[in-house]
Amino acid sequence: MKKFNKVMSVVMASAMAAALFAGCGNADAGTQAADSEPATESVASEAGGDSAAAGAFKIGGIGPTTGSAAVYGVAVQNAAQLAVDEINAAGGINGVPIEFKFEDDECDAEKSVNAYNTLKDWGMQMLMGTVTSGCSVAVSENTAQDNMFQLTPSGSSVDCVKYDNAFRVCFSDPNQGAASALYIGENAIASKIAVIYDSSDIYSSGIYEKFTAEAANQPFEIVSAEAFTADNKTDFSVQLQKAKDAGAELVFLPIYYTEASLILSQASTMGYSPIFFGCDGLDGILNVENFDTSLAEGVMLLTPFAADAEDELTKNFVTTYKEKFGDTPNQFAADAYDAIYAIKAAGEKAGITPDMDMSAICEAMKGAMTEITLDGLTGVGMTWDASGEPNKAPKAVQIKDGVYTAM
Amino acid sequence: MKKMNITKTTKNNLITYLMVLLAYLAVQMLLLTGNISSLMKGLLVPLCIYVMLAISLNLTVGILGELSLGHAGFMCVGAFSGAFFSKCMDGLMPDSLRFLAALLIGAAVAGIFGILIGIPVLRLKGDYLAIVTLAFGEIIKNLVNVLYIGKDKNGFHFSMKDSISLHLDAEGQVIVNGAQGITGTPHDASFTIGIILIFISLFIILNLINSRDGRAIMSIRDNRIAAESIGINITKYKLMAFSISASIAGVAGVLYAHNLSTLTALPKNFGYNMSIMILVFVVLGGIGNIRGSIISAIILTLLPELLRGLSDYRMLIYAIVLIAMMLLNWSPKAIEWKEGLKRHSKKEKEVK
Amino acid sequence: MSFISYLINGISLGSVYAIIALGYTMVYGIAKMLNFAHGDVIMVGGFAVFTIVSTLGLPPVLGILVAVVVCTALGMLIERVAYKPLRNASSPLAVLITAIGVSYLLQNVALLIFGANTKSFTSVVTISPLKLADGQLIISGETIVTIIAGIIIMVCLTLFVNKSKAGQAMLAVSEDKGAAQLMGINVNGTIALTFAIGSALAAVAGVLLCSAYPSLTPYTGAMPGIKAFVAAVFGGIGSIPGAMIGGILLGIIEILGKAYISSQMADAIVFAVLIVVLLVKPTGILGKNIQEKV
Repeated sequence: MKKFNKVMSVVMASAMAAALFAGCGNADAGTQAADSEPATESVASEAGGDSAAAGAFKIGGIGPTTGSAAVYGVAVQNAAQLAVDEINAAGGINGVPIEFKFEDDECDAEKSVNAYNTLKDWGMQMLMGTVTSGCSVAVSENTAQDNMFQLTPSGSSVDCVKYDNAFRVCFSDPNQGAASALYIGENAIASKIAVIYDSSDIYSSGIYEKFTAEAANQPFEIVSAEAFTADNKTDFSVQLQKAKDAGAELVFLPIYYTEASLILSQASTMGYSPIFFGCDGLDGILNVENFDTSLAEGVMLLTPFAADAEDELTKNFVTTYKEKFGDTPNQFAADAYDAIYAIKAAGEKAGITPDMDMSAICEAMKGAMTEITLDGLTGVGMTWDASGEPNKAPKAVQIKDGVYTAM
Repeated sequence: MKKMNITKTTKNNLITYLMVLLAYLAVQMLLLTGNISSLMKGLLVPLCIYVMLAISLNLTVGILGELSLGHAGFMCVGAFSGAFFSKCMDGLMPDSLRFLAALLIGAAVAGIFGILIGIPVLRLKGDYLAIVTLAFGEIIKNLVNVLYIGKDKNGFHFSMKDSISLHLDAEGQVIVNGAQGITGTPHDASFTIGIILIFISLFIILNLINSRDGRAIMSIRDNRIAAESIGINITKYKLMAFSISASIAGVAGVLYAHNLSTLTALPKNFGYNMSIMILVFVVLGGIGNIRGSIISAIILTLLPELLRGLSDYRMLIYAIVLIAMMLLNWSPKAIEWKEGLKRHSKKEKEVK
Repeated sequence: MSFISYLINGISLGSVYAIIALGYTMVYGIAKMLNFAHGDVIMVGGFAVFTIVSTLGLPPVLGILVAVVVCTALGMLIERVAYKPLRNASSPLAVLITAIGVSYLLQNVALLIFGANTKSFTSVVTISPLKLADGQLIISGETIVTIIAGIIIMVCLTLFVNKSKAGQAMLAVSEDKGAAQLMGINVNGTIALTFAIGSALAAVAGVLLCSAYPSLTPYTGAMPGIKAFVAAVFGGIGSIPGAMIGGILLGIIEILGKAYISSQMADAIVFAVLIVVLLVKPTGILGKNIQEKV
């Protein structure tokens, strides 16, 4: 008993110490944020002064900012913050500023629900998230119950927008898989195709399945389909060797760019140079720090966003993002940026005010989302239908001389 | 003297039950008065899940004395079998009955896996045993990730390749979809059910510890050869502890599956990382100390959530606190120092 | 032909595992602890080289030297702060859990300093690949260097442990800490030295891992670390040649399993083989079978 008391007291003491740390750290983080960037809160309070009691819209975001998927969550967090700052500087939504808060979910569905609840305690009125598919499906169950408006920037699996309160900015997995097969078939790019996909990933296996299903109707043949898993993604020599032995002229990579950069470099070591074709996950490959871009020469990808695009909007976005956060934004960042602007557009259409509760906002936003047309980074003239899916055209781009060029 | 001992353990166990009961009542009070944040409300069921995992692993690590690094594998088996059952039977039988059946199925399947894995594994010792349990956990996770099961009017279809090779007809439904797992499991888990399950697990484990069988198990832990020489059937008792531990983890898995609408076997939730996390609960709470496991599971689950205010520094601080707590609780020097402190304060009291 | 090519790929993956496993087995053999943070020390080594070579533009040799120094210092610091206070704890599991804490700590510090974005590592190996059979078989320069480095390290470690005074002290400490102390061996110093050597090896492993598979994130070390741990157990943990053999075998099994059985189930295959081996030979391929005394 005594021993237990001791354990208990020590644990409690350390927990309290932790809480103390938490307090200090929090204050630090707060001041830092205020110093380094025009933090939302400060802007919010300034603008809030003008519109008196109107307050601010509280928009929450969820995604992995730690753990192995952190790269996607951080991109979304940064880009969303950027969009929020811009909107606030331009007067906010209906003249009301936005407060934005982003919570980490470590890419775990359970933590994602925790993050959602934390944001709810904070007073979130609309959710921009979550970043990854699995988490998005789990959280949508809660948002549907609470009737909270949810717009996921990058949750691509079918079930993410199962409920009528949920919308997304990116393409769905089936959509991408079928579109890729269609594109390759219609343009007769290759007749023998190999696929390398991540069988432990929802995004990748979802695209793969629809790609193979659509391939049956197309004039090409899948000669090899090899997988890898989250725990086994350093060596791709077998998958590449099989593709090579089967005589594949094109290797379809429905995967993220981190693994793709390894596949490209290993293929080059092997002396195997087919056409590589990817989806939106491949975007960002040119921005891997220190990556030898000549390896990616000739890679084709079907993506709604390319950081090197020449339009004014993309240029501005990329420049500001680089200035603020030091790296080039990827697909996820672009989706998040558009998501915040879509919320703004729909919010203005619906005429929401911050004193409405989340359910009322959700009802208003649900209708307004299907009426807006958004010219964003990831598409011009994007519209949404009630199913939650966006309507936009994927762009096929090819990497030539180290830059994306439209095909 | 003997009588004293018995009353002491009984008293000790009663305190454990009482603690859980009081926690339950306190939370219920908060829920009724509405003084609880959404975060805490959302965390209630996960807390029950982790408590169950921690006490079940403590049975293997603390009472049986074998280091298992594959506990999440049993949770995974329970979660998928329970969710699969619920998904098939949804709407065909009353919800409460279906959930009860799912819990029993999860427990049974995980228990069977416990026996199947236990037979070869328990022949090994120490770190080799640990690595083999880790291996089994990873195999389970890997296989679940490539498992496809679909249902149409011709019955069930299985595949280990992809959902296309299930050859379902047009109305067929894919239930287990490889890496995409099972989605849309009914949300049946609640805090009350979680607490009832904790009580049942506690009842099983505490009674086992204080039974003849439990003493046999502990004698194997303390000295295998001596235990064998007095005629204790080593394999039987080891398997008993191991499979009970596995099936409680399986029940926790069923609860997990019925708390989230999406069930996927990721390295994060069913991989060795999770197994290690559960082990952290057990070691921090005190090996063999069931009540300590409950407390440390609660604290370590809450800690990352309470640290959310730190944003970027959250996991960093969590790691530091974990190391600090381990050093404070386990290092002989710190223990000595704490004891010295206690003696000192006692002396002061006496002086006064 | 493709079989030979798979075999070569298996050896090159295995040689990386082997070189990590050497550090693992070294620490385990003497300190009797599973150092879960070993994989993350490898990651630190990778980032050290990355910073020196790619960010500052200095020569790779300097990068490797800095990485070795940084990792050695880090290893000794970790040992002193996080492991040493728990050396005489009532359960050996305590230090295992602290190692996990250290692993989280290193990952999150790296995340804060270097960010989550993947960095592409420039190989420090400049040897051109060996082409055999009209370019059908290609052995990369990294593979050659890794295998040679692995063999050199293995031989040096074996010689060091068996011939030098400090090495003998290590053996003595691994046999019986108490008795070694009575013989006048500085147990703390010996264990610190073990961690220093183990971490220096981790730095070398980090450089070779990142050269062979040029992608670097704060989580780069975690999975190879676990795989190398499996490899070390496979070969008989505590045995230096065992780690080398275990690593290479693990790599070959992984590649051949992927090639001929199923690429989706590569991990399951590797672990299944491990289980079978341990059931047949419960202390690994080259492990010593210690008789239990009553």
